[in-house]
This record gives sequence, C-alpha cells and structure tokens, in this order.
Amino acid sequence: MSELFTQAAIVAVVAGGIRLAVPLLVASLGETFGQRSGVLNLGVDGIMLLGAFGGYYAVLQSGSPWLGLLVGIGIGFIMGLVSALMAVTLKAEQGISGIGVYLFGLGFSDLLFQKWVGTPRPIPKFPKLDIPGLSDIPWLGEMFFQHSVVIYLAFAAIPLSMWIINKTTFGMNIRAVGENPEAADSLGVSVSRVRWSTVTIGGTLAGIAGAILAIDLGIFQQNITNAQGFIAIALVYFGAWRPLGIMLGALLYGLVNALVLQMKVLEIIPPDWSDIAAMTPAIITILALVVVATRFSPPSALTKPFTRGA
Amino acid sequence: MTIEDVRRRRLLAYSVPILAVLGALAIGAIMLIALDADVVKGFSRLFSGAFGSTDALIETALKATPLLFVGVGITIAFRANVINIGGEGQMVAGGLLSTIVALNSPDMGPFIMIPLVLLAGLAGGAIWGAIPGALKAYYGVNEILSTIMLNVVAVQLMNYLLRGPLIDPLEIERGTRIPQTERLVESADLPLLFGSGRLHIGPLIAVLAAIVAYIILWRTPLGYRVRAVGQNVDASRYAGIPVKRTIVLALTMSGALCGLAGAVLVFGSEGHRMVTDGSTAGFTGSAGFNGIVAALFGGLHPLWTIPASFLFGGLLVGGLALQRAVQVPSALILALNGLVVIFVVSADRFRRRLLERPPVVIEENDDNNRNEVATAAVAAAEPTSGDHPEGGDS
Repeated sequence: MSELFTQAAIVAVVAGGIRLAVPLLVASLGETFGQRSGVLNLGVDGIMLLGAFGGYYAVLQSGSPWLGLLVGIGIGFIMGLVSALMAVTLKAEQGISGIGVYLFGLGFSDLLFQKWVGTPRPIPKFPKLDIPGLSDIPWLGEMFFQHSVVIYLAFAAIPLSMWIINKTTFGMNIRAVGENPEAADSLGVSVSRVRWSTVTIGGTLAGIAGAILAIDLGIFQQNITNAQGFIAIALVYFGAWRPLGIMLGALLYGLVNALVLQMKVLEIIPPDWSDIAAMTPAIITILALVVVATRFSPPSALTKPFTRGA
Repeated sequence: MTIEDVRRRRLLAYSVPILAVLGALAIGAIMLIALDADVVKGFSRLFSGAFGSTDALIETALKATPLLFVGVGITIAFRANVINIGGEGQMVAGGLLSTIVALNSPDMGPFIMIPLVLLAGLAGGAIWGAIPGALKAYYGVNEILSTIMLNVVAVQLMNYLLRGPLIDPLEIERGTRIPQTERLVESADLPLLFGSGRLHIGPLIAVLAAIVAYIILWRTPLGYRVRAVGQNVDASRYAGIPVKRTIVLALTMSGALCGLAGAVLVFGSEGHRMVTDGSTAGFTGSAGFNGIVAALFGGLHPLWTIPASFLFGGLLVGGLALQRAVQVPSALILALNGLVVIFVVSADRFRRRLLERPPVVIEENDDNNRNEVATAAVAAAEPTSGDHPEGGDS
C-alpha cells in the first residue's frame, strides 16, 4: 500500500484524474442545459460513441486532432437535433427514446469501425500545453499545468456555462421553461425553441466529449465510453444541476478512476479483482444519487413534454 | 365521431408501430447502401429468416421469449408509472442466481430442479428490481438512473463470477479460460417441446407469465393498487393505498419477470451453461432494452405483448439473417435495433392520440361488450396520454 503514497503515484493519480474527468465534465455540462430546460436526454452515451468514432476516424485520415474535434462537434450537433426532434416535437417518452440513441450509437460506431478501420491504429493526440512558470512548480505543476490544450478549454467551459445559465436572458428562459413552462409560455417564451436549443447544445457537447475521449486516448474501440455517458447524466443530478457541483462530481469520478487504475498498475488490486473494481463508479453513482435526492430536487418540469393548453 | 370513425382510428393506431419499424428499416437500408451491401438480398433474407420456415419460426419464438418476459415486466412497472430500464441487469441477476443454485444443489430430478432454478431466477431478478424500487420509494432516487447503474454493476459481477469463482474447472485446466460455467446439471435443462430440436418450454412459460401478469394487474387488489398509483399518486395516497410499498412491489415484480428471462436463457441455451463475452448484450442479447420496445408495441398490455414480442423477435432473428447474407459486421443488428427503438418511441405519441377518445370508446364497448382486450388496450394508453411518467423525483 505504501507505494501508493510516493510522489510519482500521487502526481499520476491527480493528473490522471483531471484528464479522465474531462469527457464526463463536458458531456455533463451539455446535459445540464437540457435538464435545466426540462428535457432528460438519455442518449448521451450513444452520441459520445458516435463522436468518438467520428473524431478518431477524422484524425486517422487527416492527422489533425483539431479536425477530429470539429467532426465530433458536427456529429454531436446533428445527433442533438435528432434528440430534440424526438423529445420536444414528437414528445417521445424521454426515459426510453435515449436508450434507442444509445443502442444505435453503440452499434453504428462499432459497425463503421470494423468496416472502415478494422484493427485499431493509434492517432496523434492533442498538443500539450505547459503553462509557462506554473508548470515548473514541483508536484502542482505536473498535476495541474502540464495538460493538453483541450483540458484547459474544457475547464474554461464551466464559468461560461454558469454565465449563460445564470446571467443571460437565454439562461433565464431555460430555467423558466424547466421550472414552469406554462408561465414561460404565457409570457411569450417559446418553450419548444428553448428546448430545441438546449438539447442541441447538449448533443453537441456530448459529441465533443466523445471526440476528446477518443483523441486523448489516441485509440478507438467498441464501447469505448464504457457507460460514461450515463454517468455524465447522473453527474448532473450529483451536481444538483449547477456547473460547479458538476465539476466537483466529475473530478471526484476522475480521481476515483485514476486511483483504481494506479492501484491496478501497482498491483494493489489483483488482476482477478479488476471486474469488481470496475463496479466502483456505478456504485458510487447510486450512493451519490441517494444523498442528492434527499437534499435537492430536479427542475419541476424535467421529463414532462409541454403541450400548450394541456 | 361515429363508431366507424373510432374503428378506423383504432386500426390506424395499431398500424403506427408497424409503420415506425418500416421507417427504421428504411434508414437501415440507406445505411446498407452506404456500406455497399446488397440491400435487396439482405431484406429478402430478413423476412425469410424470421418467418419463412419452421426452423425460422422456432428461432423467432426462442428470441421472442426473453422479450416477452421483459416486456410484461416493463408493463407492470410502467403501470405504476415507474420506468424500468434495468431489465438487462435483472436478467443477469436472475441468470446468475439460478446458475449458482444449480451448481450448488444436489441433483433432485427434473420435477424439482426445473422449478427450483426458475424460482432462483425469479428471486435474483426480484432482488435486482427491489433495490431501485426501494431507492425510489423511500429516498426519491430516479429509477431510470439507478436501474442503468445497476445494469453496469450486474455485468461486472457476472464477469467477475464467471471468470473466477464460477468458471468451469476445465477452462482452467486447458488454459483457455473462456468465462463460462461447466455444463449445468442435466435435470435442470428446460424440456424440449417435441422431444428434440431446439424448441423448449421457455416460450410457453413466457406466455403463461403474460397471462398471470394480466390477471394480477386487472383482477387482483394488488394490480388495482399498482394501476391506481400509476394514474395518480396523490389520489392513491388519500385513498389509503400504501404508495411506497406498491412502487417497491411493482419494480420487484418487474425485476422478477426479467430474472426469469435470465434463467430461461441459461437453462434453455444450447450449451446449458452461463457464459459471458464481457458485455451485457453478450448474455441478454439486449433483451432488457428490446423488451421495452415489445411492451410499447403491445400498447403496455400484457396480452398484446405476446404477439408484439413474436413480431419483434422475428425482426431480430431476421436481422441476423440479413447481416449474414450481406456480410456486414454483427454490430449492424445493434444499430438497427437502436433505430427501431427510436422510431417506435417517437411514433408512440401518434398511436396514443389516435386512441384518445374515451367517451365514444366506452359507448362502443357497452354496445358490443365483447372486445375486452381492445378496451384494455385503450386503457393502456390512458396513463401516458395526459400525465407523463415523471423522472421519479417527487
């Protein structure tokens, strides 16, 4: 156990935790927009998988991670529109329609991978950015300031989301539509337009999250997300629908995962137990949901489609 | 609106899910064209592979069996306004518990062993359903999220057990280490219907389960309470119905049926053993999710879920034939599967809307008083037509 408390191990866990938190963070922030406006999009994992494959394939073909990110954005945007069409206009049962998107994403990303790529080949990753000065600080530098560019960008999205949700008119409309769509509607806010926008934002961010995941790992494989999209949805609950809470949740997850990984590397967890260790995120999520459910309540209109005059 | 109009609307309503499936297949065809596959050959195989021969029909019935169990289970939960996405995990839990029982009990002959392992499956699924039920009822935890997480836990538990404690000793000896149990005790094999071939009694048990579920839901006080809670929680509470206990029970029964599906998969399998490929779908064939579609197909009515499962099972068997015929990776099935879910769920609103004319419908049934199933199917649409199931946090 003592080898876990060496400088190298601790730094690796913290730095790895931050890296692993990023896809969850991005997908979760996106899902927050939808949920605050009253739409639970369960398809995040499927969109992440499609974004991950699209991003991976674009980088494989072009050699540019940025083009991969762009493809992830495009795929996420399209899937966001599809999700909005289902949830908002067609008023599909939100607890189920997202499962369809998940199965489609899981199958289709694997299908294209097998058809177009076959054997996994590594791709170039995002460039690293050592923040001048700060990255030289012992311990902290390596933990926080020697990451790839997208990781800083992802964390910059947190204050941006807070500003949009809390300070802008659009954000006010989102909250109004999520809490009391009838009232918002009577004041002239288009419930469906707001929800179309938030679900599309959520889909786009899920696509980005998937692309970051694959490009940061430099690889694609079947079911690469391993249910991270579902954990991202749970994180929105965990973070009580607030970007800062979500960041804390995502970091906690990242750290736990990095810790488990490190303990496997150091063989503190025997290989036989790796399946048991893989349960931790899901079990933590369930416990977290229990804690959160007793303290916070979700937006009142969550999962309820809006029909004027109904 | 005349009775004729109502009939026409109802017929239209029943055709909605079928049209939705055709829509999904159309997108699938576009995908195949994009992948340079022979679409015409593929789709002709889809239909012949599902319904074209006795063997195909048997295969379809076997595929439909877990869908029916899960679909009926989902229906019970849905009636209580609880969305059970945990069919996958509950199937795994049922499969595991029944396997463990078979491995550890002395051979007591088929008349004891078969009911014993089926009951074990029932119990395993019931436990896995009771957990999210209790979390929802007593802590207000959203059951959609908790059941999804329990799916993940169940799969890892299965992988751990089948790679370690439950692995076939032969696999270790030979060094192949395929994560599977030894061949389970022969007297627990599900009997074959015609003495040979592939068709075992699983489909019959599933149909029986659907009938029992129908009776429970519409002919017992428990079923009444489940439906009352699903329609209106507050009214049920004022009427003295133990709402929390009813929610737990609904999810427990729902899980039990899924667990039974898991046991039938194990003891009706060709290898008569439990095996994993590391994913959930490897054991369940995504039946935990597909059963939801079968339930929607059947208008959330246990009896209508019987033909709905058969049709949907055919689609899955046919999909497999299509995939083999045009030689694309089997991931295609999962993608098609997802499209079907998307289309059926998205179209469900049109079906509900077409069935929404309660006053006239009641009149017609008073006049004719014969179409019990259809009435129930109309009732099936009620809880979701006005009041949508909530995420579960109240």
